[in-house]
Amino acid sequence: MTIERSVRVEDKLFYNRYLVDVGRPHIKVRTHAKPSPQLLALLKACPARCYELSDKGQVEITVDGCIECGTCRVIGEPSGDIEWSYPRGGYGVLFKFG
Amino acid sequence: MIEERFDAIVVGAGMAGNAAALIMAKRGMNVLQLERGEYSGSKNVQGAILYADMLEKLIPDFREEAPLERHLVEQRFWMMDDRSHVGLHYRSEDFNEERPNRYTIIRAQFDKWFSSKVREAGATVLCETTVTELVQNGYGKVIGVRTDRRDGEIGADVVVLAEGVNGLLGTRARLRERPKPDKVALAVKEMHFLPRETIEARFNLRGDEGVVIEAAGTISRGMTGMGFIYANKECISLGIGCLVADFQRTGETPYGLLDRFKRHPSVARLIEGSEVKEYSAHLIPEGGYKAIPQLYGEGWVVVGDAAQLNNAIHREGSNLAMTSGRIAAEAISRVKSRGAPMSAQNLTLYKKMLDDSFVIKDLKKYKDMPTLMHTNSQNFFLTYPQLVSRAMQNFVRVDGTPKTTKENVTLKSFVNARSWTGLFGDAFRFARAWR
Repeated sequence: MTIERSVRVEDKLFYNRYLVDVGRPHIKVRTHAKPSPQLLALLKACPARCYELSDKGQVEITVDGCIECGTCRVIGEPSGDIEWSYPRGGYGVLFKFG
Repeated sequence: MIEERFDAIVVGAGMAGNAAALIMAKRGMNVLQLERGEYSGSKNVQGAILYADMLEKLIPDFREEAPLERHLVEQRFWMMDDRSHVGLHYRSEDFNEERPNRYTIIRAQFDKWFSSKVREAGATVLCETTVTELVQNGYGKVIGVRTDRRDGEIGADVVVLAEGVNGLLGTRARLRERPKPDKVALAVKEMHFLPRETIEARFNLRGDEGVVIEAAGTISRGMTGMGFIYANKECISLGIGCLVADFQRTGETPYGLLDRFKRHPSVARLIEGSEVKEYSAHLIPEGGYKAIPQLYGEGWVVVGDAAQLNNAIHREGSNLAMTSGRIAAEAISRVKSRGAPMSAQNLTLYKKMLDDSFVIKDLKKYKDMPTLMHTNSQNFFLTYPQLVSRAMQNFVRVDGTPKTTKENVTLKSFVNARSWTGLFGDAFRFARAWR
């Protein structure tokens, strides 16, 4: 656990360029009282750490740093926990190297 | 309402989409290619290695102008435990040839160039446009696409789905299933910049020579996965990937894994003092032959990663993508030249031609490997690397122990860890899946 805490994903995302589609998130988490195992898995599996646990114990997403890999879709879409799309054309991450 | 019509629409501008659009345009077809990124390449992520043979079939003189990094003269396989690596290195002067076989590339830059060739060939390339849906007629035939940019629909005789590993459109249209967690790997990657002389000194390279390191072992912490280090001209691509199902099961984080890999003593010195300029992530199809979905239907074909065409054993994907894109385009243009409709029956030609190519032949050869690797990941990625490392250390460390005693210690360590039945079983299963 100590290792993971020392890795600052925010710093990694800072290297990247994004065009954020303000007010139009391309991924949405279904409203829930208690998070499913799939949703809880996203807290760790998302490489951009877009998923976080709120004070009330619900899983929330902030898509601004999303690198559009699709991992959360593979884990969370079959159970209906999330709705997943690509960002609108031109928006989202803009890789310089890829 | 359909407002515009094309002979073909290609969804996506990665290796497969560019290959397909290029060939169809070259054969005089009226082609529209749609790409959601700011430019072709801005959403594409790969290690990346380019395989010359497959690109030569599309653009024979690509070496004169394509943005290439280094031609590969050396391949290193590392089996790692926490403090060591056992390496198998192959380096040959033969790879310093006039027309080198493999290059490292930077995808965003390479794809931009590739796309310029597609435009030159006469295709219309429309970027910053996300295709949201396939348009089907009352009989389920694909007759066009709907995008987030234009009102109405764009029609085409055939749609080439080169939409990448996630294959969202195909799933939405129920042409195929969503990739499953045990059939795709999540890889994360960083671009580490260093002066080119530093890279050349650290990797023992001269001029534009390049090297690739593929690493497996305790770095994936018992999960099915691999790390990679590719030398580019002025940067090093470094990453690691594991099955999504394994991440889900273990709660390991991808960035935690990447961090450990970077801090491994064998790796840390290679990237010391570097400046990181990008962090990316991507899914890789790992299901092999058995995960290939339906490849064609009424008015559509699927190519590249969207068709899960990836050879996980040889780490080949982009060449399978390029080749499937080219073959689909050739099949489509043959159907068109006959004046025949783009029906499923006529598009079986694509499947037939692909079956005859190395793409399907190679995937078929390794059809049982994914299951073997995924169900025995603890043994192949944790136990054996540790045993081999200890065996090697025992072999090379000189401490007055008689060699016979040393050999017995090594043999015992293998038998204790896996038992005779386990060892023979693993060897047998591996050999059977490989052949």
